[in-house]
Amino acid sequence: MAEKLLKKGNEVIALAAIRCGCDGYFGYPITPQSEVMETLMEEKPWETTGMVVLQAESETSSINMLYGGASCGKKVMTSSSSPGLSLMCEGLSYLAGAELPCLVVNVVRGGPGLGTIQPAQSDYFQATKGGGHGDYHLIVLAPSSVQEMNDFVDLGFALAFKYRNPAMILADGIVGQMMEKVELAPQKPRWTDAEIQQIAGDWATTGKTADRPMHIITSLALDAAVAERFNEKLIEKYNEIRTKEVRFETTRCDDADYLLVAYGAMARICQETVDMARTAGLKVGLLRPITLFPYPTTELQRLAPQLKGVLSVELSAGQMVEDVRLAVEGRTPVKHYGRLGGMVPDPGQVLDALKQLFSL
Amino acid sequence: MKEEIIIAGFGGQGVLSMGKIIAYSGIMQDMEVTWMPSYGPEMRGGTANVTVVLSSDRISSPIVNKCDTAIILNQQSLDKFEHMVKPGGLLLYDPNGITHPPARTDIHICKIEAAEEAARIGNAKAYNMIVLGAYLKKRPVVQLENVIKGLKKSIPERHHKLIPMNEQAIERGMEAVIDVC
Amino acid sequence: MTTQEIIKPAHRVYGKTPILTDTVMHYCPGCSHGTVHKLIAEIIEEMNIQDKTIGISPVGCAVFAYNYLHIDWQQAAHGRAPALATAVKRLNPDKYVFTYQGDGDLASIGTAEIIHACNRGENIAVIFINNAIYGMTGGQMAPTTLIGQITSTTPYGRTVELNGHPLRITELLAQLDGTCYVTRQAVHTPGAVRKTKRAIRKAFENSALKKGTSFVEVVGTCNSGWKLTPVEANNWMVEHMFPAYPPGDLKDR
Repeated sequence: MAEKLLKKGNEVIALAAIRCGCDGYFGYPITPQSEVMETLMEEKPWETTGMVVLQAESETSSINMLYGGASCGKKVMTSSSSPGLSLMCEGLSYLAGAELPCLVVNVVRGGPGLGTIQPAQSDYFQATKGGGHGDYHLIVLAPSSVQEMNDFVDLGFALAFKYRNPAMILADGIVGQMMEKVELAPQKPRWTDAEIQQIAGDWATTGKTADRPMHIITSLALDAAVAERFNEKLIEKYNEIRTKEVRFETTRCDDADYLLVAYGAMARICQETVDMARTAGLKVGLLRPITLFPYPTTELQRLAPQLKGVLSVELSAGQMVEDVRLAVEGRTPVKHYGRLGGMVPDPGQVLDALKQLFSL
Repeated sequence: MKEEIIIAGFGGQGVLSMGKIIAYSGIMQDMEVTWMPSYGPEMRGGTANVTVVLSSDRISSPIVNKCDTAIILNQQSLDKFEHMVKPGGLLLYDPNGITHPPARTDIHICKIEAAEEAARIGNAKAYNMIVLGAYLKKRPVVQLENVIKGLKKSIPERHHKLIPMNEQAIERGMEAVIDVC
Repeated sequence: MTTQEIIKPAHRVYGKTPILTDTVMHYCPGCSHGTVHKLIAEIIEEMNIQDKTIGISPVGCAVFAYNYLHIDWQQAAHGRAPALATAVKRLNPDKYVFTYQGDGDLASIGTAEIIHACNRGENIAVIFINNAIYGMTGGQMAPTTLIGQITSTTPYGRTVELNGHPLRITELLAQLDGTCYVTRQAVHTPGAVRKTKRAIRKAFENSALKKGTSFVEVVGTCNSGWKLTPVEANNWMVEHMFPAYPPGDLKDR
């Protein structure tokens, strides 16, 4: 077994990137995730694995560097925080439209605007509903521990390449800044040219050779009929993802009367709330979506009939609660509890909110 | 066993690194740990604080509203965190610069003249290790040998020659801690 | 001599390079794009680098460049081509990477990307077509539009008060330490075409020499946007564009 290290979530993103054989990181500093690029620069992976690390002039440029790298079949990634992600939305739409795999990490801070550098989950809509223009989705993973920050880098790349779609790790300032015990994955080599041919050889721009047609990476389809067919193909892909890639974790849901739904760092806090509630004689369970797109709709539908109420707990004014309501479809009351602007509730405050909102 | 610790003071006093050493010591003792800092502008000279949780079981929340121990190194932090110590918990503080000492009577209060001790041994950088020693004397949640191992893990190898000095500072802190009530 | 004899391969003095596809170009008659496309295609053939070349096409009339050259292409978001090229070249140092951008793409929405790519000295070639107007969207003002020039968004002529000055981006980029070769050419006469071809070839060769960024501006015509015949457009370009954008090398090191 590998050694247990004490690392920040942000540092682990960097170390996991190197170890999973990432080819390139392109980013722009922003709190609270600057440790990602700082760690990469400190580690100098270009001397070991050959990974390229570049500080771009803006988030706009970073995401377009991903477009260039991903078009070549390379494993490329960036990381940023909320205001930076807003700048990247144009590029993400193009990446999704050109069906390019890449990994984007958003260590969310409070908004809107320049907002606060403290943790938040107020980019849920942006992450799960698209963010940029057009009908597209990212595959969104929500880590709630430093270990998952490590694990989801490799998983994110695997899903991105499996579906030729950008994947996002939607973290928050807590998971990014927190240190925990972590076991890093063993070092994998970067893909060789031959492996890239095997994985992406039928679409990547690796240089046109005599034995194949030219490869064009584009999201342009001026002919409406062609554009509609392409969009239908995307919908099919997203539906396949919805069928096959839902991930979630449940805590004491079997006999629960009330269900907390929370992701990321908020789910950690709610785990403690569940313990406190149980001690107080309340049958409370927790559903932690691990994938936010695809959302664990089916599991919520399954649980809904047994429940007296569902509380969506988020560091937002109520974003994920919309997906909870869509899943529950009125079978049981759904309420929302959120703190805003970088404020984080403690487990007791969540329990108080549950009691108050459901008159317990 | 679970110990929730808040360490708070000025940026530059070694608050975050002390927390990191405690957390790493916990790992060396096979415990679960979380380390959650305040971050942002306060890192640059203002107040800094960190929440460290050590537990024999899986830790759910890295954010706490009550703590078992508060280690307080300036007045602002005392004002902010005194009420968060659980009844029966420990409040350890450095009286240097404290104009309004802690007033609670339902908790155990200790003080460590760490700034003075650091000046006495002629090493201002030993400050946080003196405080750490005082804490470990009062709450021996991790064994000293694991603290040394934790130290080795949390500071870069090129600074390992400083470990004996840090060890001495920890011992000095253990000797110098004073019960207030 | 019969027709069949005349077209015997032995008599051939000129042929279309196989790097150009057979797709009929959508460019208006008289447009400079087609000529520059052909030059790039010929250079790729002559340097025998088809399998090593990655082109980045812009947003604008040349968005469809990928239909005309038989190489691998990436089509960039508006103005972002230099960012794509940066990553492509750094991840594939043995490739020849070029961007092909118009004045709106490069000198307006993409100024940050081009300045920083040039400043980092990315080992890429940039082909910049400056026709002082937005062609694809229907003849709006470009950053390089001349003072007094009429476009659909400057219907009474561009004024300094309202629109500022024509942007001489090429002069600006020549100041950057990252650029190794910065030149301005045109393709309105056979002689100018030959000079432009030499310039583009040099830009491609430079990108393998790790000398920095090579930048070739081609002052071109947009007779549809300018609402002139092709011949009139060429004359207008010489008369009005050249004084503001004089052809010649700005930097070669």
